[in-house]
Amino acid sequence: MCGIIGVIDRKRALMDGSSIRDALSLMNERGSGEGAGYAAYGIYPDYQDCYAIHVFFDNLVEPKSRVEEMLHKWGRIVHQEAIPTYEQDGLKKSHIPWRYFFKPYSDLMAGSTTPEDDVMKYIVMETNSNIQGALIFSSGKNMGVFKASGWPEDVANFYRIEDYKGYIWLAHNRYPTNTPGWWGGAHPFNLLDWAVVHNGEITSYGTNRRYVESNGYTCSMFTDTEVVAYLFDLLGRRHGLPEDIVVKALAPPFWDEIDNMPEKEQELNHAIRLTYGPALMNGPFAIVVATHEGIVGFTDRIKLRPLVIGENGNRLYISSEEAAIRVMDPEVQNIHMPRAGEPVIGRLNI
Amino acid sequence: MSLGSVPLKYKVTIDREQCMHCMRCIDNCSYGVYHKEDDRIIIDSRKCTACHHCISMCPRDAISLKERPVDYRSHPLWTAEAREDIINQARTGKIILAGMGNAKPYPVIFDRLVLDACQVTNPSIDPLREPMELRTYLGKKPSRLEIDKKDNGDIELKTKLTPNLKLETPIMIGHMSYGAISLNAQLSLAKAVEKTGTFMGTGEGGLHEAIYPYQKNMIVQVASGRFGVDINYLERGAAIEIKIGQGAKPGIGGHLPGEKVCQDVSCTRMIPLGSDAISPAPHHDIYSIEDLAQLVRSLKEATEWKKPVFVKIAAVHNAAAISAGIARSSADAVVIDGFRGGSGATPKVFRDNVGIPIEAAVASVDQKLKDQGIRNKISVIASGGIRNSADIAKSIALGADAVYIGTGALIAMGCRVCGQCYRGMCPWGIATQRPDLVERLDPEVESEHVANLIRSWTLELSELMGAAGINSIESLRSNRSRLRGYMLDEGTLDVLQVKPVGA
Amino acid sequence: MEKVEIDAKGMHYTPLNEMIREAVRNGAKEIILDNVIGQRFIADGLKADVTIRINGVAGGDLGMFMNGPTCIVNGNCDHAPGNTMDGGTIVIHGSAGDAAAHSMRGGKLFVKNNIGYRGGIHMKQYEEERKPVLVVGGSSHAFLGEYMAGGLILVLGIGQEDPAKDRGIGSGIHGGMIVIRGEVKDELLGVGARKAEFGEKELEMITPYVEEFCKYFDTEPSGLLDMNYTCIVPASTRPFAGKYTWE
Repeated sequence: MCGIIGVIDRKRALMDGSSIRDALSLMNERGSGEGAGYAAYGIYPDYQDCYAIHVFFDNLVEPKSRVEEMLHKWGRIVHQEAIPTYEQDGLKKSHIPWRYFFKPYSDLMAGSTTPEDDVMKYIVMETNSNIQGALIFSSGKNMGVFKASGWPEDVANFYRIEDYKGYIWLAHNRYPTNTPGWWGGAHPFNLLDWAVVHNGEITSYGTNRRYVESNGYTCSMFTDTEVVAYLFDLLGRRHGLPEDIVVKALAPPFWDEIDNMPEKEQELNHAIRLTYGPALMNGPFAIVVATHEGIVGFTDRIKLRPLVIGENGNRLYISSEEAAIRVMDPEVQNIHMPRAGEPVIGRLNI
Repeated sequence: MSLGSVPLKYKVTIDREQCMHCMRCIDNCSYGVYHKEDDRIIIDSRKCTACHHCISMCPRDAISLKERPVDYRSHPLWTAEAREDIINQARTGKIILAGMGNAKPYPVIFDRLVLDACQVTNPSIDPLREPMELRTYLGKKPSRLEIDKKDNGDIELKTKLTPNLKLETPIMIGHMSYGAISLNAQLSLAKAVEKTGTFMGTGEGGLHEAIYPYQKNMIVQVASGRFGVDINYLERGAAIEIKIGQGAKPGIGGHLPGEKVCQDVSCTRMIPLGSDAISPAPHHDIYSIEDLAQLVRSLKEATEWKKPVFVKIAAVHNAAAISAGIARSSADAVVIDGFRGGSGATPKVFRDNVGIPIEAAVASVDQKLKDQGIRNKISVIASGGIRNSADIAKSIALGADAVYIGTGALIAMGCRVCGQCYRGMCPWGIATQRPDLVERLDPEVESEHVANLIRSWTLELSELMGAAGINSIESLRSNRSRLRGYMLDEGTLDVLQVKPVGA
Repeated sequence: MEKVEIDAKGMHYTPLNEMIREAVRNGAKEIILDNVIGQRFIADGLKADVTIRINGVAGGDLGMFMNGPTCIVNGNCDHAPGNTMDGGTIVIHGSAGDAAAHSMRGGKLFVKNNIGYRGGIHMKQYEEERKPVLVVGGSSHAFLGEYMAGGLILVLGIGQEDPAKDRGIGSGIHGGMIVIRGEVKDELLGVGARKAEFGEKELEMITPYVEEFCKYFDTEPSGLLDMNYTCIVPASTRPFAGKYTWE
């Protein structure tokens, strides 16, 4: 489902959110006005060492105190505030977006090489499955997700997205089927440093879900997209695989292609498919994943969704449609389409 | 070692005392069961399909037919069917192709739903003497009206209605393509819907010139093969239907065997003579819900937003959410085809195992659309295994606006549901392109039979509504409180939003 | 009124198509659309003898169901230009997305550079006079000519080492012909496709389309009119006939 766009400035030059808003609006044909969202990296330089936790509260009484009770238990709230919002005619404010800048205690999670991340992950999973009226939808450092039910321009103006300056932006225009009015169902989907936008439907969701759940994640968003974030977190962060290998696990070559590879490459691909079979994602998808270090875009193995790439100097654009990229950057060069399953990687270069 | 032959499916016998040697059985059987040897009629029962054409034409009622004349050792798991399928596939290594709808003995939900009637507290209505409205409009309805009241008291309607299809009865005939069925069969159906003020689908075989006079009653279909689709075709139809899936074979494409692709079919479909007409499983310009929305809009743009566009899907697990997605597009109706829906050719494993019953699908679609506040954006058409007016009444009470019938209309033209449609030898002249067989079907006569069926069911529907004290079909629609479930499990009752009997 | 100019900046496709139809009704022979950026369905279902020049990026389904017009795009095209098109010509001075010429029934589609996946899928044909043609100057991706029932796909591979290096070429093909410049590896052929000899007759058949291509894009046909092509045709008109047994 939907339309996607992502951009990175490899030299970390900051862009405000106004042009990606216009680009996303251009793809309104791909959405239905019931969900849109943005993710940006580099927007909280004053709190860059803290996890920026974005929460949807149904009210500021019970759920908020329960979330804070947990945060106090696991670390220190450095700062908190309501995320500034601005009323839009086309958008019904169903939740109160709130943000915390949070430092977990690193000595509370035994046996972990990434204790802070694991504390943070635990807090997200606990909140989203057990605290009624609170939903953490963004939990990375120096980054944030802004999303709601509405048309892209309304959601952008609701958060005044042009007030944020980031070097990576992802955006998503949703066409829902199952959970239209639900803000949590909008993309980007985020966990820790990972943000994902996704066009399509993952037909292997049941398999992928059981796999990530057996590795300690809880799927609570009613959307197939969340498994992508968890798979990247599991394979990328916890298993330490580079992003092109993660993509290979998620959208691997066909066996007949592997059979024709040189021996060493064959061995690697063979091992990936045997080990990460439950992580293989089937069905139509075009996905862009971001971390603070870069973005990676890829499609399913038989290219059932569109993905277009463009470049201009340090900027790399990935989108469902060329026209959207041209709205952001009329001077864009080198427009092309990647092959099925081929990762397009834009890494910081500073 | 040979696998040997499996027992006969049917045993045909002739009562030799009754038989007058008129030889009509020989002429009538296109499968070659009978032949003459020295004045004697010899029977090859192995070729019989139980199409009953010989029986129906025998002037002396001399022919008898028995199913499964040879017993296997009885076994509840390894049925005769299971054994014979294995033997067939051991021989061939192929997919088993079958015809007509789901043939597994799943319980029929329709038969476990009962309708309500008035007693004492409110009066029944006699539809013969009192007004009874079955008129149905298919298409988008506004969620509210805006009016402007002038100072002089005149009221001006500011809301503009989108084009709807007007039906005199909520019974339509579903899509059976020219190719799958003969031109005479399509003509009969076309004449019948014209007579009864309703509509039929063209299927995806294009629109033959002979059907042009009935185009105002035709819903033209755009399926994944795009056979016969051009701008003239789109403009001729009263509405356009995008076929995504079919209840008899959810998830796979259509397949018209080359045997049925004659010169005329080759021309309307634009494929080589005698080649299989393959409709891909998906539309290759639809891989996602927003792509469907785009195809709907492309059809609307092409016809300048003058035609309702329907989208037909097979009833699958997620039918409700998919329908909600369809409702968000510019589509005007969603057709849900249940897992008992018919087909000329479908892999047996799909026919018997994939999809869900129409009763559950319609109930959950109607409910999901209401939950999301978008029921008015789309009409719901139920199809797949509707056998009588009670099934129609129950479908509507579960939330449908109208129904499509298919197999029922074919039976009205002679079909005996023998399920051999894919062989192209239908002795009734329905599922065949062989000129001598097609000729047997007289569109004047058969159109009257089909029209009669629609009239009978419409009358019965009026009676059922009258008995329930309802004189307008709107009041039956989604009126679940007028249904009760009999021996249905709690989970199913919950999906249907129907109470058990006595409650 | 022979020539009409329309500024499509910020315009939705429905009013844009209405303006095109209006211009056609008023007798326009040439329509110029400026600042096109992603508008879908341009000339959808249009029956007319008119040339439409599109300056910008044309959105999806350009010329869908179209019968008659010539569309010239100065820029790239999104997915499926020529979708279920009946007649007329589309000339793209750039590249096109996936499913170019989807289910095309007639007319011609010329793409200067590359096309995406599933180009020419399910193209159709009835005898010689109703035969669609897709000519690609550069390269194509997987499943080229999938389910093809008729017509011609010609991939010229200009400036390309390997114009069709992806799998599934002609998968399920049961009519028509795919002609690709240079060699094509056997393992790239799809189910039901086979290579056939590219001879003088085939060269003669493609020559007018090569020349027409070169005329539009101002290149020299001579370097393209030789025997260095691979011809791919149906192995049978019933690729899936052997798949089924009867109940």
